Amino acid sequence: MASQQHLSTIKGAKVLMVGAGGIGCELLKTLALSGFQDIHIIDMDTIEVSNLNRQFLFRKSHVGQSKAKVARDAVLRFRPHVSITSYHANVKNQEFNVDFFKQFSVVLNGLDNLDARRHVNRLCLAAEIPLVESGTTGFLGQVTVHVKGKTECYECQPKPAPKTYPVCTITSTPSKFVHCIVWAKDLLFVKLFGDKNQENDLNVRSSDPASSSDHAEDVFELKKDETIEQYGRRVFDHVFGYNIEVALSNEDTWKNRNKPRPIYIRDILPEEPTNQNGNMDKICATDEQSLISAMTSIGMKNPQEIWSLMENSRIFTEAIVLFFTKRKKDVGNLSFDKDDQLAVEFVTAAANIRAASFGIPMHSLFESKGIAGNIVHAVATTNAIIAGLIVVEAIKVLQNDLNKYRMTYCLEHPSRKMLLMPVEPFEPNKSCYVCSETPLSLEINTSHAKLRDFVEKIVKAKLGMNFPLIMHGASLLYEVGDDLDEDMVANYAANLEKVLSELPSPVVSGTILSVEDLQQELSCSINIKHRDEFDEEKEPDGMVLSGWQQTTLEKGDSSKTSLGNGESTSKALPSTTDANKNDDADIVASGTKRKLEEASSGVDASSSANEANSLKKLEVLDDDNDLVVLDDDGDLVTNKKKRLQ
Amino acid sequence: MDGEELTEQETQLYDRQIRVWGADAQRRLSKAHVLVCGIKGAVAEFCKNIVLAGIGSLTLVDNRLVTEEALSANFLLPPDEGVFAGKTVAELCCDSLKDFNPMVRVSVDRGELSSFDEEFLKTFDVIVVSCCSLAEKKSVNEKCRNLPKRISFYTVDCRDSCGEIFVDLQHYTYAKKKLEDTVECQLSYPSFEEAISVPWKAHPRRVSKLFYALRVIEKFEEAEGRNPGETTISDLPRVLKLKKELCESQSLNEAHIPNALLERLVTNSKEFPPVCAIIGGILGQEVIKAISGKGDPLKNFFYFDAVDGKGVIEDISSKP
Repeated sequence: MASQQHLSTIKGAKVLMVGAGGIGCELLKTLALSGFQDIHIIDMDTIEVSNLNRQFLFRKSHVGQSKAKVARDAVLRFRPHVSITSYHANVKNQEFNVDFFKQFSVVLNGLDNLDARRHVNRLCLAAEIPLVESGTTGFLGQVTVHVKGKTECYECQPKPAPKTYPVCTITSTPSKFVHCIVWAKDLLFVKLFGDKNQENDLNVRSSDPASSSDHAEDVFELKKDETIEQYGRRVFDHVFGYNIEVALSNEDTWKNRNKPRPIYIRDILPEEPTNQNGNMDKICATDEQSLISAMTSIGMKNPQEIWSLMENSRIFTEAIVLFFTKRKKDVGNLSFDKDDQLAVEFVTAAANIRAASFGIPMHSLFESKGIAGNIVHAVATTNAIIAGLIVVEAIKVLQNDLNKYRMTYCLEHPSRKMLLMPVEPFEPNKSCYVCSETPLSLEINTSHAKLRDFVEKIVKAKLGMNFPLIMHGASLLYEVGDDLDEDMVANYAANLEKVLSELPSPVVSGTILSVEDLQQELSCSINIKHRDEFDEEKEPDGMVLSGWQQTTLEKGDSSKTSLGNGESTSKALPSTTDANKNDDADIVASGTKRKLEEASSGVDASSSANEANSLKKLEVLDDDNDLVVLDDDGDLVTNKKKRLQ
Repeated sequence: MDGEELTEQETQLYDRQIRVWGADAQRRLSKAHVLVCGIKGAVAEFCKNIVLAGIGSLTLVDNRLVTEEALSANFLLPPDEGVFAGKTVAELCCDSLKDFNPMVRVSVDRGELSSFDEEFLKTFDVIVVSCCSLAEKKSVNEKCRNLPKRISFYTVDCRDSCGEIFVDLQHYTYAKKKLEDTVECQLSYPSFEEAISVPWKAHPRRVSKLFYALRVIEKFEEAEGRNPGETTISDLPRVLKLKKELCESQSLNEAHIPNALLERLVTNSKEFPPVCAIIGGILGQEVIKAISGKGDPLKNFFYFDAVDGKGVIEDISSKP
């Protein structure tokens, strides 16, 4: 492996690493040790304390500094002669264009979000530079190779969509703790401390809509004649008492469900705290945001413990007091951030009180923070293993060893004796809109939908473009860029507000739109089909794109959705602001992986009779050099080298 | 487990991994004492992994002075002669490791592996040996097994693009998640000597060819009185002759140990850094499992070869 030929390939290579986090630190170290001489590394993030348990190039004294730069300096200490160029920047910046990518022999991804992965995939396709992609979560990980025209691209397989919950589950009929967390952070927290003008479904609709909306008008406003303590108690009674009573009055909802119990603060904290001064003095000493904590001011320490209903109520009211006294300037423009201690405390307490009301088990602050912040489990060992596998694959790519390329899965439980399982890469998906030229088709109401809807919901959200350019034949409808003159900007802004069929060059049924991203050098055609009606529940965008796939994470959730008969609203509510932004990885849950897991769990379950089929396959193995291939149904098949040849 | 809570500092630092293995596994880790002997690339990776994970203490043994070869895959050694001159590999690694996690006690012991007695060994919960002779592996393993206390024993070695891990957890009880419940499982491990003495005929089908190839080389080095890894291409004819003899006496088809594989292992005994990262990562995970008593541990050999890319577990135990 480490022959002279290998070494000269390695020495001559110019490598781009994207990401200097969990995988990135390990990868930069392993590349330098393996003899790579010219490494460029991009990362926009700065170092945080919770990185230090695995991102071993960073120390506590580096917190707040650029990951890419500190990683570079740390590796130069044990390999001073390697040339490492660091960029503290977003890989989506325009400076990292196709020409920038073209200078490299291979691109290695150690990213933490779907968006950036898709972007790098497109640039690699456009620049025709091979990409080695990776991801980890807990003990699971994977490394895949993407070479244009030879193997599938990163987007040939559908990617999981952020998990969403029906609005009525969140507002009226929570059945899991996560529903209470989503309610607390996306509705209540935003209502109290965020943008007041934002649409918010916090208040349940009563059978008498007039009275409820009147009541809701002012309930979250601090009244002139009340103290913040009184305000907190009033909000408490409104959301945990009054709102529950209103929901209970809608009797149909509770025919097949356990009824929630209204909770009023007088029953839990009977006396209004008369003297908060002792506490307030203590806190006044610290004005730094990270040190303002309701737990500290109440004298609680252990984030692992589950608070009682009374403790949750004290945290709830204390957090409101602290927000309105110590962080007054933030109130009105806050959004939930998992690193904001006071916000996590408030959301934990609010979710727990709601859980208590609905008979759902309560959770600790530590657990709540994980759920609310979508924190991905991460350990150093998996990242180290994955980084090693990336380098093994990168060397094959540099040597053009097409027949030896593998996607490798790092498993938690062995499958066919393997903890590290290599699988032959798939051929490109012929109907992939990113790496092939298959047109997409879009059903849309052309006489209602505006160009803006199309840009936001399709071009940006679904196609993942940053700098789109939209053409109808030879006429330009819309573009984004830095070098546009004022007239054009005004013209495009006006177009955005126009209905599709009323654009200067009308978009109607049968129109073919061409959509391009100049930075990603990606272009695709979209066939427009007019349709009058859309199902509000199933097609919340009011348009349907086909030839483009997206799977959902949790199959089982659909049954729960159908239970939501108590409310009329059922549009999907995104569960989090950043479901795709994980600490280290998200692609493990992609379609391929899911198939593999189903297949391998089948092999594992040797005791189960209905898995006999998989077992039979296991017995057929004989050749020592067999290789695992996934066929289209996700079954493990051996000795069928059909994919690449 | 025992009521002691993690400190706020620990909860903050270990946040992401506590989400993987839980707070009581983290507490057990912080009370565990680990000894490593022989620090080359794979062991350096392993040390980094368990220091980051937050074990209680790590004791390093390697009295070699730094050479070009020692530097090759070990990122814990500073390449500057002005810094490393006069210091042993263990001392230099200790300096780097301390820096990774101030909450872990890292220290050096200047003794020799062969002279460690049971008094000394019993102060540890986990012992990992690397780059030592067959006789030393067997002897340390036996000493561990004679102690009243259960010690988890591991050997690890990487050559060319291959790596091997051996695990002896003796009689080991652990918790395993089955659907919603946690069930208690037990495993019995053979010693290293018992495992390699199992007649090859009695092996399960299709054992990794690396198992056999490494036994041949181990035998060769022992017979020739070589230090581990001290082979060159000129040894190949005699290694192949030994392979033939062993296959005949064990009734194993010679094709099970490809000559090309032996040639790779004999000529290039240097470690390949990506393989060190992979083997050091798997070993780190196994030690964390053994200490925390959570999850299926590996029994009892693990092999990785970058050429085929497979990481395989082999269970080679004498049948009762």
